[in-house]
Amino acid sequence: MLKPLVIAGRAIRSRLFLGTGKFSSSAVMARALEASGAEIVTVALRRVEFDNPQDDVIAHIDQRKYLLLPNTSGARDAEEAVRIAKLARAASGWNWLKLEVTPEPNYLLPDPVETLKAAEILIKEGFIVLPYINADPVLAKRLQEAGCAAVMPLGSPIGSGRGIKTADQIRIIIQQATVPVVVDAGLGLPSHLCQAFELGADAVLVNTAVAAAQDPVQMAGSFKLAVEASLAGLEAGPMSEGEAASASSPLTGFLR
Amino acid sequence: MLSNDEIMKIKLNGKGAETAWGCTITDLLKMHALLGKPLVVELNGVIMKKELYDEIKLAEGDTLEIVRLVGGG
Repeated sequence: MLKPLVIAGRAIRSRLFLGTGKFSSSAVMARALEASGAEIVTVALRRVEFDNPQDDVIAHIDQRKYLLLPNTSGARDAEEAVRIAKLARAASGWNWLKLEVTPEPNYLLPDPVETLKAAEILIKEGFIVLPYINADPVLAKRLQEAGCAAVMPLGSPIGSGRGIKTADQIRIIIQQATVPVVVDAGLGLPSHLCQAFELGADAVLVNTAVAAAQDPVQMAGSFKLAVEASLAGLEAGPMSEGEAASASSPLTGFLR
Repeated sequence: MLSNDEIMKIKLNGKGAETAWGCTITDLLKMHALLGKPLVVELNGVIMKKELYDEIKLAEGDTLEIVRLVGGG
């Protein structure tokens, strides 16, 4: 039996975390969320637009059922991340945070220096910090030592759907981790999720993969199945990988 | 029409805006049909407690940010 997923002392029943951005409507997002079986749901913090009243995504997320994980997307350095974090805490009413510091808009890769700086400040301020990072095992260790509740290494750039391009590094992170490892960013297909779990990840976070699918609700459902299949397969004790062949049919009684 | 004596210039969500003298945060939210909506108000870099919205009067040159949670990854 895989041990249950516990983050910051809280048991999390679904290993699929879902982002709520880029959906064509709040209604579709809500149905996809339901189909995904996710418990942890990310959201962002932005200015209210006065002339353009938008579909209120948050109103469609029942906070008794789902655990909000606000992100600091938009932050280009630690100072901006800390400011967004505090606003997000005031808005969500609680202290869980996805720390995301991405100064460069083309690849949206997380800044390791600013992320560590912000994490240390935010942990002192009482936040439960889940940092989004490149798959850097040394950085992951430093963030855990600083007190982060999990680490979230990327598979490939946000929204790229390229899958896991950082497998070896993620494997090292998982081997050395003392907190849950959530593969976050770049996942696009059910097979990508399976690969994450087969590497040993504790959870995965997807957003574009669901929101940008032609049928987001069906895709969310298939991701739920992918997670279940991965976990069931791992619990079944998979065969080991060999270098050479190992015949599947008998080696005796040949017609010769 | 308010006279020039009665108007204050503030910065609201990154843009210049005008409000009446003595305008409270509650008044401003009402003006934009935002009262009662889930949002956070930051005045001059400080997050305002909801209990103070009726009491805090805005001043000339104030910088306000009105933010909320939205969909995101």
